[in-house]
Amino acid sequence: MQILFTPLYLAQMEVLRNKVRFFLISLLIALITLLVLFIAALAEGLGGGNREYISKLEADLLVYKADSDLLIAASRLPRSLMNQVRRVAGVRAVGPIAVSNGAIDFPLETPAADPLRVALIGVEAGLPGAPPIISGSTFSTNRAPEAVVERRVIQRLGIKVGDRITIRTDQGSGDETFELLVVGLSDGEQYGLQPVVFLPILTWDRVRSKTGPNSPLNLNLIAVQLDDPKDLVAMKALIPTLVKDVEMAGIREAYEALPGYKEQQSTLDTQRFFTLIIGVLVIGGFFQIQALQKVPQVGMLKAIGAANWMVAVAAIAQIILVTVIGVLLGGAATLLLASTLPPGIPIVFTGQAAVAAIVSLLFIGPIGGAISIRYAARIEPLKALGMST
Amino acid sequence: MNNGIALSTESLVKSYELDGQKFNAVNSISLAVATGEFVGLVGPSGSGKTTLLAMLSALLTPTTGQVIIDGSNLAEMTDKQRVEFRRKRVGFTFQANNLIPYLTALENVELMLRLNGELNAAGRARSRDLLGRLGLSDRLHNLPSQMSGGQQQRVAIARALIHNPAVVLADEPTASLDTERAHQVVETFAQLIHEHNRAGVIVTHDLRMITYTDRVIQMRDGDVARIYTTRAEIKELAASGPG
Repeated sequence: MQILFTPLYLAQMEVLRNKVRFFLISLLIALITLLVLFIAALAEGLGGGNREYISKLEADLLVYKADSDLLIAASRLPRSLMNQVRRVAGVRAVGPIAVSNGAIDFPLETPAADPLRVALIGVEAGLPGAPPIISGSTFSTNRAPEAVVERRVIQRLGIKVGDRITIRTDQGSGDETFELLVVGLSDGEQYGLQPVVFLPILTWDRVRSKTGPNSPLNLNLIAVQLDDPKDLVAMKALIPTLVKDVEMAGIREAYEALPGYKEQQSTLDTQRFFTLIIGVLVIGGFFQIQALQKVPQVGMLKAIGAANWMVAVAAIAQIILVTVIGVLLGGAATLLLASTLPPGIPIVFTGQAAVAAIVSLLFIGPIGGAISIRYAARIEPLKALGMST
Repeated sequence: MNNGIALSTESLVKSYELDGQKFNAVNSISLAVATGEFVGLVGPSGSGKTTLLAMLSALLTPTTGQVIIDGSNLAEMTDKQRVEFRRKRVGFTFQANNLIPYLTALENVELMLRLNGELNAAGRARSRDLLGRLGLSDRLHNLPSQMSGGQQQRVAIARALIHNPAVVLADEPTASLDTERAHQVVETFAQLIHEHNRAGVIVTHDLRMITYTDRVIQMRDGDVARIYTTRAEIKELAASGPG
């Protein structure tokens, strides 16, 4: 048993007696960890900021105008189409979704701040497309001068349910303001990296930005709930055969079609991948230099009877120890830094993304050190000790 | 002195090819070292003494012939068995890089017991005693970098003997030491070989060091040129100079 623990003893003693050197390697891994976790959080933050409203929709399918290429801004649907879709057998409920942009004036107490840019989304209370309310209530009617805001609006403006907000939009002839009562609060519901203000659909039609005075009300999407979500594929194919001039998408398909979403995510994934690769190379380089420096020592160990597995286990144990310390340090530093960031920065740490990043980071040390372990295992004691004949 | 044979070779040959020409670095050497005997291996550079020592230590496989240590024929062993054999039955000191730099003197000696799974309270006490015997009682917890070259060699000697090997092999252990320290190291080495009743072989280019050996094998061009067995012969050879 003692023989099995001898490599671990050697690894531990070398680390303990060379704390600074190994701490520096751990520090390097910590910096790589920090970078990878931040890129992961940025990917999550930016991705979430784009897709959050769509991905949280309590709907199975979304109806777009035909040939809109699943671009929400390009999809224009008459409100009357909702009845046609609702009548399709297998559809349980439909709801309107209409999207526009605007700004909320900050309360008078903070006059210096620029208006907060928001997405204005018109929905009908109780129908698919409307957000779950976590505080307060939903709209009283489709024409009521009311709004449901998501939590970021509350955080940024410092307002509460029951307060009034002033929405500013471009009405073609210039900006106009509309005063609305905040009746409810929803959880995070960003759209296009902007916080969202939900309005009753007819109020939305009054408030929305317009290019001219006779701009008709058009929906961008119709959210569809099915009687049985398992019929999604069949219903996606069926609805366009019964309702003219529409195309369908599932929720994931819809947010992946958001402009720039896929490109943004693949850019961030590529950055994350290359950061890991650079990590593997840098750590590999460090351990290889260390292995080269230790050739005589390893040769002597082998000459006095240390088996190859002992040399390899000692090296692996060291690499794992240094990597785990580095990842823990990096994780702690990331949490510390993240807590100091202002809420406007789109960095979101989710358990799943962080765990995936940490697991991949735990592999960079052993992968990077694999060559040095192989090198150490191949050291010839005679050559290493200068006894080569 | 016990006259049982601890180490023997029979017609030991190591051949190499250089520029298409075959030559024997060691040419059919047969020798025997008895338990409790300390043998010096001398000769000019290229005479084959290091090659011979490498074969005796199971670090190099002979082209033909055999090495028998403590009754075991090295040629009949697998690589794995040879590694284990070195760990259990052979003690080493080298010219340099003898010690693990991040272990103290005591830990370096104990390492040999750890490698063999034999480190216990008695082994720890024996390690301390042996280092004390070598004049290193006040250096037990010093790292190699905190010790002189002579002290490091003495630690290596303790490590070579602590696990009671059948043979102890030393490759130029005094090469990096000044004359006074070199004498101290080899004299202590010889005393311990005799006290512990081990077979010892020392390769040295410094003929003055063979004063402490019981027998000297002089090599030239891979062959045994001459064997010095009497004190008078050995003293005469030692007096011929540093090498």
